[in-house]
Amino acid sequence: MAKTIIEKIWEQHIVFEEQGKPDLLYIDLHLLHEVTSPQAFEGLRLNGRKVRRPDLCFATMDHNVPTRNRETITDPISRKQIKTLQDNCDEFGVPLAGINHPDQGIVHVIGPELGLTQPGKTIVCGDSHTSTHGAFGALAFGIGTSEVEHVLSTQTLWQSKPKTMEVRIDGKLGFGVSSKDVILAIISKFGIDMGTGHVMEYTGEAIRGLSMEERMTICNMSIEAGARAGLISPDGTTVEYLRGRRNVPEGEAFEKEAARWLALATDEGAQYDTSVTIHADEISPFVTWGTNPSMGSGIAERVPSAADYDKQSDKDALKQALAYMHLEEGTPLSSIDIQHVFIGSCTNARLGDLRAASEIIKGKRVHPSVTAIVVPGSETVKRAAEQEGLDQVFLEAGFEWRETGCSMCLAMNEDSVPAGERCASTSNRNFEGRQGAGSMTHLVSPVMAAAAAIEGHLTDVRNYMKEPVPSL
Amino acid sequence: MKPINKISSVLTPLERKNVDTDQIISKEFLKRIERTGFGKYLFYHWRFHADGTPVEDFVLNDPRFNGSEILVAQENFGCGSSREHAPWAILDYGFRVVIAPSYADIFYNNCVKNGILPIRLKDEEVNELIDKGQQEEFKLEINLEDQTVSAQDGTRYEFDIDPYWKEMLLKGWDEIALTFQYDAYIAAYEERARRA
Repeated sequence: MAKTIIEKIWEQHIVFEEQGKPDLLYIDLHLLHEVTSPQAFEGLRLNGRKVRRPDLCFATMDHNVPTRNRETITDPISRKQIKTLQDNCDEFGVPLAGINHPDQGIVHVIGPELGLTQPGKTIVCGDSHTSTHGAFGALAFGIGTSEVEHVLSTQTLWQSKPKTMEVRIDGKLGFGVSSKDVILAIISKFGIDMGTGHVMEYTGEAIRGLSMEERMTICNMSIEAGARAGLISPDGTTVEYLRGRRNVPEGEAFEKEAARWLALATDEGAQYDTSVTIHADEISPFVTWGTNPSMGSGIAERVPSAADYDKQSDKDALKQALAYMHLEEGTPLSSIDIQHVFIGSCTNARLGDLRAASEIIKGKRVHPSVTAIVVPGSETVKRAAEQEGLDQVFLEAGFEWRETGCSMCLAMNEDSVPAGERCASTSNRNFEGRQGAGSMTHLVSPVMAAAAAIEGHLTDVRNYMKEPVPSL
Repeated sequence: MKPINKISSVLTPLERKNVDTDQIISKEFLKRIERTGFGKYLFYHWRFHADGTPVEDFVLNDPRFNGSEILVAQENFGCGSSREHAPWAILDYGFRVVIAPSYADIFYNNCVKNGILPIRLKDEEVNELIDKGQQEEFKLEINLEDQTVSAQDGTRYEFDIDPYWKEMLLKGWDEIALTFQYDAYIAAYEERARRA
């Protein structure tokens, strides 16, 4: 019978199944960070339990770490949380890329870099953006701290079988359209809870043409569509990304693995519980105007009006969002001034993101009313970018070039947006107060963020790009 | 985990949809390394102005709802971040039951693992409860065994819940201890994986 990749991975990982119960699912890779793990390790200690498979765990510090003056973490509580992870990893034998380690970075950036993320794996982390790893055809999902403790103790989770959803993007992406625009457009069209109870598989011509980094951006934000996970069937692009990375086999063993990975792809004719389609022609450079990631539109559009909605609860939600965002109905999106630009986060801080943004910013200046920062997704990304001279491009334009971490995506460290100010941000959430109490976030792609930095307001990046002449 | 079956309390109506976990517990309170003490930060930026004074018209600051154990909100409650600090804050504040038309998946799981009963009712049932809760101090009786929500005025709704989660909530199980009973299956799986 034709099967989806979701069903194939699921079936391969069932440890125990019984009618009327969730399945007991084996977990191949457990990623950990400093914020959602301390209570789990404490639980182990209190109950005299150990980590069943430290060799299947990998930890790093990303949420709290400073992006400058790395040596002195001034916030004593942050320092304690970071120290606690170090101590827990030492005590339980969990591999750790600590704050000064050359592999340190945002957990969802370093997993793929190190080749830990592989097709067909079940991957969990106490972080909702674990869905990022689905780009490789892995079943990757975020869990709470109780589940972190459960996986540490047993290397398994009780999980009810998810429903499957195909999200097909037909056609080729237009000029100036990034993968960030694709996922924002999907969530805007189908709603913030479109994926609840489902694992989504992204398919279609547009997806096949994307690099692994671009695919990660899309899968990363599956959680913003409410999905339990999002993934993409592996193909040649997936295999070539992984070839030669640490933690993947070499030579003949690699070819054997690659063949196994490719066989995981969804079979022709496999049925999904739900299917939705969007055409690439519908997608233009996007920007959010509200307080959740579904509240966005193409840059040429305006802030919606209550009259655009039928349901009272939607009208109420619009009103609440605009009150928080200090925006009026009908305001052109490209007229919104911004004071901050953040290029970073597990969504958009990989080398390709920084290259794309630097192309726009090259030879230009950051607008005098804007503070702009680049926070590379990992030490590896940072080194590679510096080797190419990208840091100089950003610095010369007036950006700050920082150390790696989650930074201003959630502002747990000192990088935050002051109350009443706006940020064009390449991160994933525009919830109230996300980047600092009273701050206002507009989610955009890296190139849109770069263009906004130059102009001091949200703007259409296509004005900064040369449209390729179509070949006959 | 504390078992839960019958809860009788005034409901707290939170007339909002897509309430995300960033609102339930803001990031500046995630640095604690304990599971307790989060209640005072629940909905912090909705409850308090920047200067720390209470926001008068926010529902948690209405004395009518003091001691309420039942929070009622609109669809897609608990979306966003996987932070379990959200249910810890809800529980620590004093709520044992949440009622909404739908929940984000991770949040739902996190509730169940902490002895919070997340009840799904129909949109119109939830809206009716919110209406009544806003008009008067409206007391609800929750019965997990019977899977019912009822009130003295004759309101009576039934709800669905996965039998596995129901059992876990009723008994207050330690899920890890339960899974240890399947150790032979886990070991057998690992052995198969080693040979493959």
